[in-house]
Amino acid sequence: MDSCNCIEPQWPPDDLLMKYQYISDFFIALAYFSIPLELIYFVKKSAVFPYRWVLVQFGAFIVLCGATHLINLWTFTMHTRTVAMVMTTAKVFTAVVSCATALMLVHIIPDLLSVKTRELFLKNKAAELDREMGLIRTQEETGRHVRMLTHEIRSTLDRHTILKTTLVELGRTLALEECALWMPTRTGLELQLSYTLRQQNPVGYTVPIHLPVINQVFSSSHAVKISPNCPVARIRPAGKYMPGEVVAVRVPLLHLSNFQINDWPELSTKRYALMVLMLPSDSARQWHVHELELVEVVADQVAVALSHAAILEESMRARDLLMEQNVALDLARREAETAIRARNDFLAVMNHEMRTPMHAIIALSSLLQETELTPEQRLMVETILKSSNLLSTLINDVLDLSRLEDGSLQLDLGTFNLFAVFREVLNLIKPIASVKKLHVSLNLAPDLPEYAIGDEKHLMQTILNVVGNAVKFSKEGSISITAIVAKSELLRDSRTPEFFPVPSDNHFYLRVQVKESGVGISPQDIPKLFTKFAQTQSMATRNSGGSGLGLAICKRFVNLMEGHIWIESDGLGKGCTAIFMVKLGIPERLNEPKLPLMPKVPTNHGPTAFPGLKVLVMDENGVSRMVTKGLLVHLGCDVTMVSSSEECLHVVSHEHKVVFMDVCVPGMDGYEVAIRINEKFTKRHERPIIVALTGNTDKVTKENCMRVGMDGVILKPVSLDKMRSVLTDLLEHRVLFEAI
Amino acid sequence: MDLVQLQRQFVDYRTSLYHEGFLDEQFTQLQELQDENNPDFVVEVVSLFFEDSERLLNELARALEQQSIDYKRIDAHVHQLKGSSSSIGAQRVQKVCIAFRNYCEEQNVEGCLKCLQQVRHEYSLVKTKLESLFQLEQQILTAGGSIPM
Repeated sequence: MDSCNCIEPQWPPDDLLMKYQYISDFFIALAYFSIPLELIYFVKKSAVFPYRWVLVQFGAFIVLCGATHLINLWTFTMHTRTVAMVMTTAKVFTAVVSCATALMLVHIIPDLLSVKTRELFLKNKAAELDREMGLIRTQEETGRHVRMLTHEIRSTLDRHTILKTTLVELGRTLALEECALWMPTRTGLELQLSYTLRQQNPVGYTVPIHLPVINQVFSSSHAVKISPNCPVARIRPAGKYMPGEVVAVRVPLLHLSNFQINDWPELSTKRYALMVLMLPSDSARQWHVHELELVEVVADQVAVALSHAAILEESMRARDLLMEQNVALDLARREAETAIRARNDFLAVMNHEMRTPMHAIIALSSLLQETELTPEQRLMVETILKSSNLLSTLINDVLDLSRLEDGSLQLDLGTFNLFAVFREVLNLIKPIASVKKLHVSLNLAPDLPEYAIGDEKHLMQTILNVVGNAVKFSKEGSISITAIVAKSELLRDSRTPEFFPVPSDNHFYLRVQVKESGVGISPQDIPKLFTKFAQTQSMATRNSGGSGLGLAICKRFVNLMEGHIWIESDGLGKGCTAIFMVKLGIPERLNEPKLPLMPKVPTNHGPTAFPGLKVLVMDENGVSRMVTKGLLVHLGCDVTMVSSSEECLHVVSHEHKVVFMDVCVPGMDGYEVAIRINEKFTKRHERPIIVALTGNTDKVTKENCMRVGMDGVILKPVSLDKMRSVLTDLLEHRVLFEAI
Repeated sequence: MDLVQLQRQFVDYRTSLYHEGFLDEQFTQLQELQDENNPDFVVEVVSLFFEDSERLLNELARALEQQSIDYKRIDAHVHQLKGSSSSIGAQRVQKVCIAFRNYCEEQNVEGCLKCLQQVRHEYSLVKTKLESLFQLEQQILTAGGSIPM
């Protein structure tokens, strides 16, 4: 052996096995070198690969393995030690790298596997979404079909058209062979074939309603698949091979009586119709879910459309009924009008005919009264007169009442003096009252307007009637008449809840109260007072002499004047109060002087002088005291003057008929004096009339005066005429509140 | 001057007093109250007015000179004056009194003083006028005539 450092291969190089090994090594090396190249190539191609450095490692491992095998090629022949060294180094490196790689792969491989699972998962998801997409699309299509169907169905209000259209459209959309509608009969025990798609005029097949299959369909709100052999489905010519699937659905028929406002009709008492749909035979088609849904929706829509049609029919019928009733009412009204006109004509004629002889009787009887008569004759004539007057009144009353009742009496509106009306009534009633020794007093509220717009004649009639009744039915005592402007709190009387007067700027409500302390009325008789011709026992025993119409007429008048009248009584023996309210207009302000004058008493009535009338004048101001005295002296009064309240109280006596006191002086309390005077004289008729003289034109002063019990307020300056009329009124009425 | 002329002068003078607002209808009323039972009624009342007013005006002047003015008292006096002047129909005096009272309420010293001056002025005017009127009346009466209404 030579001393080269060559290493001998283990096996001889010419061995066949060696040759094969040599070739294999070569190819292995080749493969190992090409793998990284491929890897690099494909990694470069792919966009994302997170494990680059793993690849590098792996590449290194492969390359080194390849290098090892490549170097191995040299070791088959004699090779130097260098080659052996290189070989060893390569192997060592390869060992290191491959171990590192093996270790690395332990971490990498689970990740790679999970990538695979994720991919699988995503694929599944994609498949699922695809499926859902398909579903949505079918639903959308169904929706479109439904809308179109609904549109077709609801575009008409005619029952038959609705049902026919439904069947046609359903048939078209779902490509049905046959579609039929079974309606319940009137008895409700059978279903009758009413409409079909293909057959034009269905013969009246009927099927009892209580078949199990029908019950099944009716009890569910869904479309139900039924057997093609059941009675409702056996409507087409049998034969052929395989009948297509059949589906039935219920169609609720809503009756008008089912419609409650608050709750939608309960399903328990409903009637249903049956809709049967058949797929074409021999088509192997199946009912899909979306088709079933379509059918259900359509069935509901049909129900609604049918109910609308039913409502329309009902309303048409109702309208026809109303028209008939209208015609009938019109006829009745015209007949009534004719009757009324006939009655009015009759009354008018009778009235005239009755009045003429009445007039003759009354006139001639009164003339007869003027002549010389024996006492007996006089008595007879008086009786005749009285009776005929009564009869005449009766005729008038009856005519008035009948005119009032049919509303042909119009109010005669005009501006009139309200105060004058009351005074007139008082004047008329005074004689009778004094005969009966009844004291009548009138109280007019200070804010009562002097002038009002209304029917003067009828108002006076009403007041007179009421007051007259009071006088008639009291045997003793006093009668007080009060007139005020009704304020809104008082307007709502608890006893007359149905009366809601509303005062406005142009109108006011006059409230008149007539109180009598007479026999009284028991409460149960009160409602009868206002009815015509009704006289209660107690009234009849009161020697009435009226026809009982008076109050009825008053009530009609008061109602015409948009008011109300009622009577209150605390019971028999306790007197009663008649109260009425009427609506009067407020006149425009005329050119009145700035201090509204008292209604002038014409100077030829009433005294121009009050001889010897004892009057007390209290005024701090010397000048005005003197002027007032001058006025009164000129009118003939006997005037005493005082300048202070103490003096006044000292001097005043029951001889003084009137006390004039100035109350506009600050510091001197005229009110106090009035109160003291009131206290001093307990009996009203002994007390002098207290009148305040004031320059203040405000309501407060007036109210204060009224409050302390003064009888009157006059505004300064006082003219001679004013003083004269003031005294006249005062002495007559004992009350005077000048309108401010 | 002869009677008719006197009477005419009287009437003209009296009318002018009304026109110029010195007197109003209250004065007429007073004249109506004068009759044979009460022949000097108007003169009496007017004299009383003069006395009263002079007293009141003095009181007012004194009250307004005080350090601390008692407006209540002033108001009371003015009220009296107003009452008297309205009783005889001295219209202008009355009007000033009303203004005076307003200033009193406002407690306005300058206003009050100004009003006092005005009242004095108006009062002296009306006093002169009425005195002239009465003089004319007297002349007519001494001439034997009657006072035209």
